[in-house]
Formats: sequence, structure tokens, C-alpha cells
Amino acid sequence: MAESRTQKPPKGYSVRTLPGFAIVAIFTLITLYAPIAILVTFSFNAGTSMAIWEGFSLRWYQQAVANEAVQDAAVRSLFLALVAASVATVAATMAALATTRTRHFPGKTMIYALINQPLMVPEIVTAVALLIVFAAIKVWTGHTSMIYLIVAHTAFCVPFAYLPIRARLETMDLSLETAAQDLYASRWLTFRRVTLPLMWPGIVAGLMLAFVISLDDVVITEFVKSAGQETLPTYMLGQLRRVVTPEVNAISTVILLAGAILVSLFFRLTSKRG
Amino acid sequence: MSEQAAYRPGELEAEAQAADNRSRWMLALPAVVIITLAAAGPLMVMVVYSFLTPGDYGNVVWKFSLEGWMNTLVQRDIFDDTLIWADAHLSIFWRSFSLSLITTVLTLIFGVPTAWFIATQPPGKREFWLFLITVPFWTNLLVRTIAIQELLRSEGVINLVLLKLGIIDAPIQMMFTNFAIGFGMTYVYLPLMVLPVYAAVDKLDFRLVEAAHDLYAGRWTAFRRVILPLIKPGIIAGSILVFIPSLGAYVTPRVLGGGKNLMFGNLIELQFGQGRNWPLGAALSLMLMAAVMIALMWYVRVTSREQSDG
Repeated sequence: MAESRTQKPPKGYSVRTLPGFAIVAIFTLITLYAPIAILVTFSFNAGTSMAIWEGFSLRWYQQAVANEAVQDAAVRSLFLALVAASVATVAATMAALATTRTRHFPGKTMIYALINQPLMVPEIVTAVALLIVFAAIKVWTGHTSMIYLIVAHTAFCVPFAYLPIRARLETMDLSLETAAQDLYASRWLTFRRVTLPLMWPGIVAGLMLAFVISLDDVVITEFVKSAGQETLPTYMLGQLRRVVTPEVNAISTVILLAGAILVSLFFRLTSKRG
Repeated sequence: MSEQAAYRPGELEAEAQAADNRSRWMLALPAVVIITLAAAGPLMVMVVYSFLTPGDYGNVVWKFSLEGWMNTLVQRDIFDDTLIWADAHLSIFWRSFSLSLITTVLTLIFGVPTAWFIATQPPGKREFWLFLITVPFWTNLLVRTIAIQELLRSEGVINLVLLKLGIIDAPIQMMFTNFAIGFGMTYVYLPLMVLPVYAAVDKLDFRLVEAAHDLYAGRWTAFRRVILPLIKPGIIAGSILVFIPSLGAYVTPRVLGGGKNLMFGNLIELQFGQGRNWPLGAALSLMLMAAVMIALMWYVRVTSREQSDG
């Protein structure tokens, strides 16, 4: 950050240059994108190979769209992500309001630790713990609807929705709310007309982050789902055990695109200040 | 804070404070309930299950037993009932630990220069480069793993290119090896190293580096003696952020390692599938969780010591 270039350094000499670092960095960035680029490219391949180009075609996309298992899984993934992310965002918004802009109060640390708990434990551990509990409930009640997936997804979405909302609240100006109350606005009116509009970008960012996290989840879904409740990621994981065709690439490309769009929007929302 | 300590709140104020606490708890309640129900609570139940007896077809029989915990490290010889080391488990623990360590070192080798490169770009361009690093991180982990799988397959791009160039005569078996898992984990977790190191380099006071050069330090000496100690917190944070998910990885070793090269996460899954030993699976899960907690605690200790030193 601090730059002091009062004296002109020797020609071409910068302390910011380290030998070889730029080359390694460029190599790393290329390596980061090359596998994805190859995957996307071969989703448009006319042949069945994922390494030999045989011409452009949309056949794998057509095949994926026509595949009823894919349709079914896609609809389930979207429904699940929408419900879980929405519920998680409401809960996270309330929790963020409770835990920010206050002095320490009894239990604050506990609430904070609990909300972040899903981030601390390896996903596989949470997944088998849920398997144990939900298996018992499923046997006991005989009920095997989507509710288990919804509850599980909502839980791990909460911390992801919470983080941007909390960040937003912490940078917000308290004086605006005080001003509203000075002007005889009730607490509810102040919240609805001042606080909520101000924290809205944080809420939308949290919702999108939670949505992406739910949409991408494999591990917990794999262990919680009942028979016939495949989501797109678990469907793809299952397909990998069979003969893989570029159909998987086509589905992957669509997931990548959806994720990239959401993440770009997320960045625009969180990087704009005020 | 000292003013507040000296100030004794009146009764009314204390009441208002208590009401505020209550309303804050009510607000936080939905999040607390959801996470207790579907994350923290089940972990407690798992502790109980680790002390039960496995059922014949999976699940458990409600009878106290220490076998689950014992089986994590030792097993009974089927002939004479003596206890012997569970070699299969030990080799999986070792694979998990060593591969996670290798992954951390590799992400350091590639991540630190990348972070440095981004942080030394002109301010206007940094956001773009940072965005390039962050996008893969938020894109689907399974999809990224599939991308690596397609690269490494016997009929994959790498083998095809090597064959075409005449460097090899037959495809190299890269899939289902430790190499594949290490390569895949380095690939998927790299952004976790770059981001904290970037933050550290971004905060670096380059006048100190200039001072080192003024005192006749070469680039390498300046890096080792000045830059490295200053960006150490970022490097430690990045290492922890890479090491912990590597240790608990499930998807990447499952897809790239196949059935033979299990890691900790896959060993846990096995107990709930073909292994039909839920208490052992529960005990292994708690062991993994403990390992992660130890790593986190080490991190907290190191960073708090660094801060008090500085």
C-alpha cells in the first residue's frame, strides 16, 4: 500500500519484482483454467471422445436436456437450493441483526460459534452424523420426503448467508437509524424504511452465496438423500462410475456457467460500497 | 471500556439491557435452532453411537461397547483373537496426512508467487486478477474434480499429447493413484492459499524491502529475511485453509483415487456402506474432527503469539 518513490530507483529495478515469480504465477493461472477450458470444449464435441476433437455439435446438450433423470435432478437441485437458501437467509439476517452493533451480551460468543460451526467441521463428518440421525427418524416415522435435504441444506447455508450480511451491517452508519427515531419513526418503521434498505445488498449477496453453496453440495446430499432423490451433483457422481460420455461435460458446463454468473453478481454487490 | 466499568447502570437501564438481550436471543433463535437440529446436535448423537455395538445389517444395537473406538487402531485376529494393529487404517491415516501435507507444500510453491504477482500489479488491475483466482474457488468442486479426471485418464488429453509427441509408447496410468489425488487436491484448494497470502502481501510495507536493498541485500536475501517473515501470517493462514479441507477431503479422493487409494473421508464412508460398522465410522469421524480441531487450535496459538510478538 505504502509507496515511497521519492528517489527514482535504478532503471528497471523494482523491489516488487522477484525472479521467476511472474512466470510461476502465469503458469499457475493457466493451469487453473486449462482443465475447465478442456472440459467445456469437449462438451461441444461431435464424437464421444473427451480428448480427440471431431467437430462442433450440441448433441450432448440435447441428450442431457432430453434425459429424464437429468431433468428430474436439475429441478430438484433448483427447488432445494431456492428453499434452503431462502430460509437460511431469513434466519441469517435475523441472527446478524442480533449479533452486530452491540456490546458484548451473554451468549453472543455461543451464538457466533454455533452459526459458524458448520464451517469448522469437515463436511463428511456432518454428513455421516446427519445420516445417523435421519436414518433413525426415517425408520421411526416412515417419512422420506425432501424435508431432510431441506433441513440439512438450510443448516450449512446459514453461515454462508450470515457472513456477507454481517459484514454489511458492521459497516453501516448507525446515525441514520438514530435520525429516523429522532423523527418519531417507530422501531418497526425505522427497520423497514432505513435499516432494511441499507442492508439489502448484504442480504441479496448472502442469498446468492447460500444458493451457490446448496447447488454445489455433493457430500451431505449424498448421505442424506432417500432413494430417488438425486440432485445434479449426486447424479453426476453416480454417472462417473459408469462409462463417462461428454454428456457429463455438458451438464458440468451449465453448472459452471450458472455458478460463474452468480459469483460475478455476488462480487458486484459486495464490492460496491454505500 | 474503563469508563463503562466505573459507571454503575441504574435499575431501569439494567432492565432495558435485559430486554435487549432477550430480543437479541429471540432474533438469533431460528439460526440457532436450525444449526442445532441439523449440524451440532447430530454430532452429539454421533458421540453416543461411537460407543454402541454394530448391527448385522448396518445401523447399531443399543448395547455399550468400546469396540468402535478400539477398531480405529487395532483389530482382532480372526484365528486366535489377539489384538493386532489395523494396518489398513494406519496406512489410510498416513496417506491422508502425507497427501494433505504435500498438497499444502505444492499450493505454497504455486500459490505464493501467484499471490505476490497479483498484489504487485497496478491497483486498478488487481481486482481483475483476484477475480480470476476467486471464480474457480466458487465453482463446483465436483465439476473441477471431473475436469482433472478427464485430463488424467488413460484416454485423456495429457496421455494423448504425450503419445502424439512420441514421449511415451503406452498411456501412463495416472488415475487411481496417490499422484492423482495430490494433483487434484492441489488444483481445487489452490485459491485457498492465494487469497490469504495476497492479503498479507497487499499489507506489506515495501519501504522495508527497499531498506533491505539499500543495505545491500540481494533479492533472495530480502525475500528470505524481510518479506517472508512479514507475510508469514498469510502463509500460515493459507496453509491451514488448505491442510484442513485436504485432511477431510471426500469427493476428490473418491473420484481420482478410486477404490484402492482411500483417504480418511472415504474410510468413514466405507463403514456406513459395505463395512456396516457404524460405531467405527462414528469413532473415525470424531477422530477426524479432533485432528481438525488440533490444527485449528495450533493456528490460533501461533497467530496469537505472532500478534503479541509484533
